Amino acid sequence: MAAVIHLEAIQKIYRTGGGLDVHAVRGVSAEVQAGEFVAIMGSSGSGKSTLMNIVGCLDRASGGRYLLDGLDVSGLNRDQLADIRNEKIGFIFQGFNLLSRTSALENVELPMLYLHRSLSHHEQRERAMGALATVNLAERAHHHPNQLSGGQQQRVAIARALVNRPALLLADEPTGNLDSQTSIEIMGVFQKLNDQGITIVMVTHELDIARFTKRNLIMRDGLIVSDVAVAERLNAETELRRLRDAHQAVQLS
Amino acid sequence: MKRIFATLRIAARALRRNLMRTTLTMLGIIIGVGAVIGAVSLTNGAKSQIEAQIASMGQNVILVFSGSFSRGGVRSGWGGAGTLTIEDADAIRREIMGVTVISPESRTRAQIAAGNQNWNTQILGESPDYFDIRQWPIVSGSSFTEQDVRSANKVAVIGKTIADELFPGEDPIGQIVRVKNVPFIIVGMLSAKGLSVQGQDQDDLMVIPYTSAMKRVQRVTTLNSIMVQAAKPTLLAPAQQQIIELLRQRHRITPGKDDDFTVRNQQEIAEMATAQSKTMTVLLGAVAMVSLVVGGIGIMNIMLVSVTERTREIGIRMAIGARGGDILLQFLTEAVTLSVIGGLLGIAMGIGVSKLLSAQYAWPTLIPTQWVVYSFLFSAAVGISFGFYPARKASRLDPIDALRYE
Repeated sequence: MAAVIHLEAIQKIYRTGGGLDVHAVRGVSAEVQAGEFVAIMGSSGSGKSTLMNIVGCLDRASGGRYLLDGLDVSGLNRDQLADIRNEKIGFIFQGFNLLSRTSALENVELPMLYLHRSLSHHEQRERAMGALATVNLAERAHHHPNQLSGGQQQRVAIARALVNRPALLLADEPTGNLDSQTSIEIMGVFQKLNDQGITIVMVTHELDIARFTKRNLIMRDGLIVSDVAVAERLNAETELRRLRDAHQAVQLS
Repeated sequence: MKRIFATLRIAARALRRNLMRTTLTMLGIIIGVGAVIGAVSLTNGAKSQIEAQIASMGQNVILVFSGSFSRGGVRSGWGGAGTLTIEDADAIRREIMGVTVISPESRTRAQIAAGNQNWNTQILGESPDYFDIRQWPIVSGSSFTEQDVRSANKVAVIGKTIADELFPGEDPIGQIVRVKNVPFIIVGMLSAKGLSVQGQDQDDLMVIPYTSAMKRVQRVTTLNSIMVQAAKPTLLAPAQQQIIELLRQRHRITPGKDDDFTVRNQQEIAEMATAQSKTMTVLLGAVAMVSLVVGGIGIMNIMLVSVTERTREIGIRMAIGARGGDILLQFLTEAVTLSVIGGLLGIAMGIGVSKLLSAQYAWPTLIPTQWVVYSFLFSAAVGISFGFYPARKASRLDPIDALRYE
């Protein structure tokens, strides 16, 4: 079976005004197989976000080859990339990026609006409710983003990413705006989805968050400098329980 | 189809979100379209009234005016020089095929008096056929007769205004009215016609036999004009031609010399009268179109603001798979919704204003159906053309830049 992500010497060069070229990514080769749960780590400026944008088909590489699910996306045009983003990839952002003044349900329905094969209104509703149920937010379907907590908003964003049943879930600093307990809850959602067979790649700079994944890639100066399997993987449920116990202990003492 | 509804719903929501701004932007289109409809229905109303007035001259009418004369460089108008005679009129009646009725005319203005009242009015010398040609019924009394014409009798048919001015509250029939001290007996009164488009009182006139007018009032031997009615519309043009030939012959005008008379048919008179209102329509229409274009610029302006404000939303939509075309369509739909709703409201306003004008000031208005359609289509076109640039700008945004936009 082909890898979900296959990167061959991917480069990204930004041309600045003064004739100075910035090499954000300098030839990254990597593979991610179906069912993996990968964290890309690195300090800011290491090129991890640029690489993530390329993998998410939001941006195009300056050089190299990128096969997504066996399909070469390097030479696709804007519209074809939009279709790939719509059907093959679910993207989750640090800032949630939900449409304000639009209910959670409608936010989740949004990707289906741009689906080529158009779905019946009933089917759309059903799929959106299903996606919300996956992240345990079915009862908040009609709330607007400003009526939801950060964790809940991020779960709506995850439901939105899932609704078109993509092969790949990409998350750029998904816990960056969340407190530690909510972060672990979100990682719990990811672990559950990964257990169901969904491939997940996320960018983070928090070491303890990366420990919930199965494999860690570390980038520095546009290159992957380390690629290791996570030895002592954390389980979100256990961690949550421990956190709650600790909390209780503090209160008791 | 479903996608169109979804796009419309998004557009409606985006427009509702800034209701004040939406309304103000729409106002440009509302006023533009309202002005078009209002202006055109006013000029249309005036035009149709002029046409009705000309139709009231009678069907298939040809007017023969005697020529103008010039004395010391001052030229009189048509009917000024006495070149038409009663014999000319008789010859037309006798020799021109297809001519049914004819009324030699001798017109003047004079002071008239009855009892201790007096009034200045128009005195028309006509034949009894005049009332038939103009399809103007006599509501009380009767017309004068051919016998009255032959004898140049002192009888008169008066308009409603004269009855009101000289005989208030009395029956005018059988009363005496003096014209230049010649006493005329009133034998009939015409039905009231009211004001003309130009605001003239059409009932302010007195009709007497043309012979009486020539001999007893004006003391002239020539006619001002001859009113001729053809039996059928198709006979109008040949009859006109024959009249010209006959009169040139009778007046001994050698080839190459100008006519000393003028022949006009009703069609030509109608065209002259409506030419002015056509110019008005074009002018008012142009002014209204300009205001529509200004409204369109308002839409463009607000759409550009909207695109900038919603850059992040555009980025989100693109990130989850909206194509450039989807974004283009979304903003274009918004602009067109804005202009089309504005157009509909403008049509309602234009119709309302013209109805109000005709109800309040008795201005004749006529809602022009085709202009309603034109202005609706035009406002939609304004939305498309002025919405296109902002929409294209939105659709060309880079998803990453758009997502980072603060």
